[in-house]
Amino acid sequence: MKGDTNEQALLKGLAHNDSKSVEIIYKDNFNMIQTFILNNNGSYDEARDIFQEAMIALYEKSQTDSFVLTCQIKTYLYSVCRRLWLKRLQQIGRFTGSVDGFEETVAVEEDLETHEKRNAEFVIMDRALNSLGEPCKSLLQGYYLKKMDMNALAAEFGYTNADNAKNQKYKCLMRLKKLFFSQYNIGE
Amino acid sequence: MDDILLLDAIERYLSGEMSPEERAYFENLRNTTPEIDQMVVEHNMFLHQIADYSANIQIKQTLHEVHQNLLERGDLNEGGALSPKGKVIQFWNKYKRVTAIAASVGGVIALFISGLAMYFSTSVNDPKLEQLGKDLEVVKKNQQYQGDIINEVTSKIPMNARLLSGGSGFLVDVKGYIVTNAHILKGTGAIVVNSKGKEFKSSIVLIDHVKDLAILKINDEDYEAIKSIPYTIQKTNSSLGEEIFTLGYPRNEIVYGMGYLSAKSGFNGDSLSYQIQISANPGNSGGPVFNKNGEVIGVLSTKQAQADGVAFAVKSKNIHTIIEDLKKSDTAFQRVKLPNKSSLKGVERKAQINKLEDCVYFVKAYGK
Repeated sequence: MKGDTNEQALLKGLAHNDSKSVEIIYKDNFNMIQTFILNNNGSYDEARDIFQEAMIALYEKSQTDSFVLTCQIKTYLYSVCRRLWLKRLQQIGRFTGSVDGFEETVAVEEDLETHEKRNAEFVIMDRALNSLGEPCKSLLQGYYLKKMDMNALAAEFGYTNADNAKNQKYKCLMRLKKLFFSQYNIGE
Repeated sequence: MDDILLLDAIERYLSGEMSPEERAYFENLRNTTPEIDQMVVEHNMFLHQIADYSANIQIKQTLHEVHQNLLERGDLNEGGALSPKGKVIQFWNKYKRVTAIAASVGGVIALFISGLAMYFSTSVNDPKLEQLGKDLEVVKKNQQYQGDIINEVTSKIPMNARLLSGGSGFLVDVKGYIVTNAHILKGTGAIVVNSKGKEFKSSIVLIDHVKDLAILKINDEDYEAIKSIPYTIQKTNSSLGEEIFTLGYPRNEIVYGMGYLSAKSGFNGDSLSYQIQISANPGNSGGPVFNKNGEVIGVLSTKQAQADGVAFAVKSKNIHTIIEDLKKSDTAFQRVKLPNKSSLKGVERKAQINKLEDCVYFVKAYGK
C-alpha cells in the first residue's frame, strides 16, 4: 500500500514538472528500458529518446482530470517504450520479427494515440511560431511561454508603453492563430 | 483595431480578469452574437494549445537536465566504462554518510586530544621557544664539560686546553688528510674522532678563510689508514634538484640527513657555494655533502638563521683548489692524492652509509 501512495506522490510531482520526482522516476526505470532497447538492436541515444518520449506520455496522462494509473509506473513506462520501440523498428526496417523482453505489459495504444496527436499539434505550433518572424515570435514566447509581465516585455522590446506592446502582441497573436489553424485544420 | 479590442476582451474574459458587470455584459454578447461565441471557443482552445506547447518544452527541458545529472553522478551509464568522475561521485554518494560520521568522530577525538594536550602541556609560544634555545646552550655547555673530562681521561687534548668548538670533517686521502670548515678551527689545534668514538691527534696543515675550508692531518700512532676512500670529490658543478645527503656530528654520534640541491649559488649569490635544502644543525659544519651516487659535491658550511632547512655548502671543486695550494706550500705534501675511484654508485643507501661513516670524523677544536 505504501508503494502505491509513494507512486501517487511521484506522479503528482511529475504532473507539476517537479524535477525531484522526475529524477526518482527516471532513476528507477531508465536502466531497465535502456537494457531492453540495447538488447533489441537499439543504441544508447535511441534508448534515451524512447524513454523520454514515454516519460512525456506519462506526464501528459498525469495532466488529465480523469487521470488514474491502473498499474505500476514501471509497467506503464515499459509498455509505452516497448510499443514505441516496435514502431520505430518497423519504421526504419530493422524489425526482425521478434522483440525480446518478457516484462508484464498493459494496453497503452489509446494513450499513445493521444500522445502522437499532441506531438503533431506541437509540431504545427512550432512551425507556426518559427514562420512568424521577429519580433512577433519572441514577443509571444515572452508572454505565453515565459509568462513575462507586459511592462517587462515593453521594456525589453523597446515599446514606449505596455499598451503599445499589448497591441503588438495581439497583432502577432492573430497572425499566429491564422498560421496555426490553417495547418491544424489540414491536419484534421 | 476592433479585432484587437475584441481579442483583448476575450483574453480578459478567459483569464477571469473582468469585473462582474463587464463579465455579464460580455456573456450576454456571447449569447446574442454567434461569431463572438465562436471566437471565444476558438481562442480558449488556442490558449490551451500554447500552454500545452509551453509545458511540453518545459518537461523536455527537465528530462534533459535530469538525464545529464544522473549521468554525471554515475547513476546512468551510456556506453563503455563509467566515467571515473561518475564512479567517484557514485562512490561518494554511497558512502557520504559513513564518511561524515567518521569525519565527525575523528574531529571530536582530535579536539579532545588537543584539549588534553593543551591542558597537560605548557603553552608553546615564542618566549618558550627562545627558552628552548637557551636550554640548548646549556646542553652544549654540559657537553663541552663532559668532553673536557673525557679528553682529560684520554689525554688527546693537551693539558689545560679547553674545547672551543666542534664540527665535522671527512677524509680526502687515506694517509689521514681531512677536509673541514675553516670556521670550526678556532684556537690552536684540533683532534678528530671517528664514528666509533676513537680520538686522534691532528694538526692543521692548511686553512683558507675565504673558501671557509681547512685541511687537517692526523698525526697519531693509533691511526690505522683505511684501504681506500669509497668516494671521489666532484670537480664539476652539480645540477639543481639533485638528491643529496650528509653525514655529520651535530651531536656526539654520527647523524644522517637528506635533502636536495636548491640553488647553484650560496648566500647572497656567493658562487663558491650551493644552496641546499637539508636540516642542518651546528656541528654539521665541515661535513661532506654527497650526491646519490655517494660522490662528494660539497662541504656543508653554514645555514640561514631565519629560514628553516636552508643551508649552504662549499662546492667540492674548491677542495681540488686547496689541495693544489697545499701541494705548492710544502714538498712534504707532494704525495697528497684525492681519491679517484667511486665505488658507491647504485649501492643501497644503508650500505653507502655503512662505507662512508668510516671516513667522516668529528672535529673538535681546542685552545688555551
